[in-house]
Amino acid sequence: MRSIFWRIVLLAVFSVIALALFLPSTPLSKRLPSFWADNVPKINLGLDLQGGMHLVLSVDQAKAVESHTQRLTGSVEDALKAKNIPYYSVSRTGNSAITVAYPDEKTKGEITKLVDDEFGIFNAPVDENGRLLFNLSDDEAKRIKDFAVSQGLETIRNRIDKFGVAEPIIQKQGEDEIVVQLPGLKDPERAIELIGKTAVLEFRIVDESMDPYAAASAGAPFGSEVLYQQAVNAQTGQMEKVPYLVKKEALLTGDSLSDARVAFDSQYNEPYVSLTFDSNGARVFERVTAQNVGKRLAIVLDGNIHSAPQIRESISGGKAQISGGFAYEEATDLAIVLRAGALPAPVNIIQNVTVGPTLGQDSINAGVNAGILGTALVLIFMLVYYRFSGLVADIAIFLNIIMLLGAMAWLNATLTLPGIAGIVLTLGMGVDSNVLIFERIKEELRTGRTPRSAVNAGYDLAWWTIVDSHVTTLITAAVLFQFGSGPVKGFAVSLFLGILINLFTSLIGTKVSFDIMNERLRVKKLSI
Amino acid sequence: MDILGDTKIDFMRIRKITFAISIILVVLGIIAAVAIPLGKNNLSTDFEGGIAIQFKFDKPVEMEKVRPALEGGGFPDAELQQFAEPSKLLVKLSRTEGDLRQVSQSLGAAFTSGLPDNPYIVESTSEIGPTVGKKLQTDALWAIIISLIGILIYVAWRFEFRFGVAAVAATFHDVLGVLGIFYLLDKEISLLVVTALLTLAGYSLTDTVVIFDRIRENLNKRTKEGLIPLLNRSVNEVLRRSIVTSLTTFLASLSLLLLGGEVIHDFSLALVLGIVIGSYSSIFIASPMLLFWKDKRKQTVASA
Repeated sequence: MRSIFWRIVLLAVFSVIALALFLPSTPLSKRLPSFWADNVPKINLGLDLQGGMHLVLSVDQAKAVESHTQRLTGSVEDALKAKNIPYYSVSRTGNSAITVAYPDEKTKGEITKLVDDEFGIFNAPVDENGRLLFNLSDDEAKRIKDFAVSQGLETIRNRIDKFGVAEPIIQKQGEDEIVVQLPGLKDPERAIELIGKTAVLEFRIVDESMDPYAAASAGAPFGSEVLYQQAVNAQTGQMEKVPYLVKKEALLTGDSLSDARVAFDSQYNEPYVSLTFDSNGARVFERVTAQNVGKRLAIVLDGNIHSAPQIRESISGGKAQISGGFAYEEATDLAIVLRAGALPAPVNIIQNVTVGPTLGQDSINAGVNAGILGTALVLIFMLVYYRFSGLVADIAIFLNIIMLLGAMAWLNATLTLPGIAGIVLTLGMGVDSNVLIFERIKEELRTGRTPRSAVNAGYDLAWWTIVDSHVTTLITAAVLFQFGSGPVKGFAVSLFLGILINLFTSLIGTKVSFDIMNERLRVKKLSI
Repeated sequence: MDILGDTKIDFMRIRKITFAISIILVVLGIIAAVAIPLGKNNLSTDFEGGIAIQFKFDKPVEMEKVRPALEGGGFPDAELQQFAEPSKLLVKLSRTEGDLRQVSQSLGAAFTSGLPDNPYIVESTSEIGPTVGKKLQTDALWAIIISLIGILIYVAWRFEFRFGVAAVAATFHDVLGVLGIFYLLDKEISLLVVTALLTLAGYSLTDTVVIFDRIRENLNKRTKEGLIPLLNRSVNEVLRRSIVTSLTTFLASLSLLLLGGEVIHDFSLALVLGIVIGSYSSIFIASPMLLFWKDKRKQTVASA
């Protein structure tokens, strides 16, 4: 028999630790000394309570493989040129294959050897009547897909950091999904724009050899393509798509940027995005502008023409600007995405749940009110029905709540509205252990036992029943935690912890009260 | 205080009636469960994919004006759902009507022109892709299957086989019962409702296990009592506990239902219904089901 004193100390220590842990998570935290409030893990409020946005993005991995393969065709072609190996053409076939048309058997062997030596990421080529088909190996395809997700995650994290949202959560989920949680977000639409934009920036030369409208209807000449600019027609005021004929080859891409920021035009006070190239990019930019003086340089963003200014002279110093028709926010966001870099593949929003701050506050109030009413009803019922023993059970409920909140703070758990419901529910269910014990004690008292032996028998006999009945709920809570997401997970956490802590408070906490009555006060009759 | 004192109620006598009631309940539940894959049950956007936007208006919404406003805005197929609070309105749309941004803008425009004297704010929006909905459906199914298997294994380990079967049957009965009632009431099956169903599966089992524990204890005492009187005595012995715990859990869930707000309204409703059905089934279904097996003790008593 452990001493009553030590058990009380144990309960008191746990309660004090729990209080110390969860008080900083309550509105009281402002009044607490800062060394306390600032150094304690906190209970997070779920998005359903504080408002905010929960996004699930699916990374278009097929597209990532496709654009990687497209880039590889260029590299293969360069390699063939460097080794002076003759070939007819190099092109992409399907998502993940490159076709090289070769002139004769001798070069066929050379091409195969070169691709194998220099790249080593293709399967053995398939010969199709004068053309070699190189399929990307499965390992390489998988590497590209994984990289698209991890790089996408990094880029999105970068953009959100620069956008400035407090405590965002950005995680990979499953094979190809990225979860983004932005609590307390004010402008969800703007955030989606910012996160979802692929932001592939390219500088391409405008092909003046043909009228763009003619090219749009008749087809573009080899090596060029038609892209469009969204523009407001000055006469009608309607949005129009203006075609441009541009070279397919990008002279420079956003990868070569070292910085992008918003600046203001001194004349009209209009915002524009000022770009700074890295040293290599600056050299390339200077060279291509020198070679193309008089031509127009198209600034292409995600396949749309943004603008196409004329190159008047060679531009050195590695600076350029994207100007024209920006609202300040647009310019800011464009600068952010360019600075954070392009997504390696487009992302699709497959889930978007946004809760406004008013609904969040309503939910907090509703949850707190329901919690107070539920707790009050249970407390009063126990007190009326079991009198003094009911008071003991009620104290156990209080300890239960304190320790549950303390544990949630310690684990940095997230409290959701269903989580609050879980807490309220465990109070209702949690008294069960005490009810089982009390009823058992009553039965034993009826058989004529002394209070002390009835209490001991009650605890002993009820023990396995309590364990059995709790384990089943623990199983459910564990499964819910595993399979649930967001609010459901919050519910599972509070249910699981609530039941565990309840076992502790009912088996240790209430027992000690009865032991005090029996051993110290030596009561003749239990109030139960 | 004692509500009851020592009771000697003959619960087993009315088992034919309660079995009949429960069979109706289970059949209803099975219909509701079958209706889910057939697309006839009311699934939330969580599971079906689609767009849901919740509006909060300044004044109570006049539903007779909402329909024409939506039709005028080009959303004749919008599904509407009202809450206890008459100024709130949930509009559900399939994803074919455009993406969240377009839909939310044109819906807002439709309300502004259709209900000009009743300004609104958008309280929450959700857009769920069809693959996500499917994934959540399979996840929910797995959660149900795995927790039931887990529970079955535990009960089978702690009790004899027949107890396990009876306990799991009663649990299924409770879950199906609530599902059936939700189907009758045309309530939406959402992720939270599934969560509530799983929770009440755990709860209902707890309730059954407590009674079974006592039945087992009494069986082990090897009295010469017949099985029916023994079951009756066991249920009567733990009846006070059953009532008290059901009552406290019921009070807690009822507070959630009354004050918890619309977000967890259906969740709380499922809990309240489940607690009532679960308490009933432990006494009137799970216990008398043990009569389906032969009373093994008679043989042991005879051979002793």
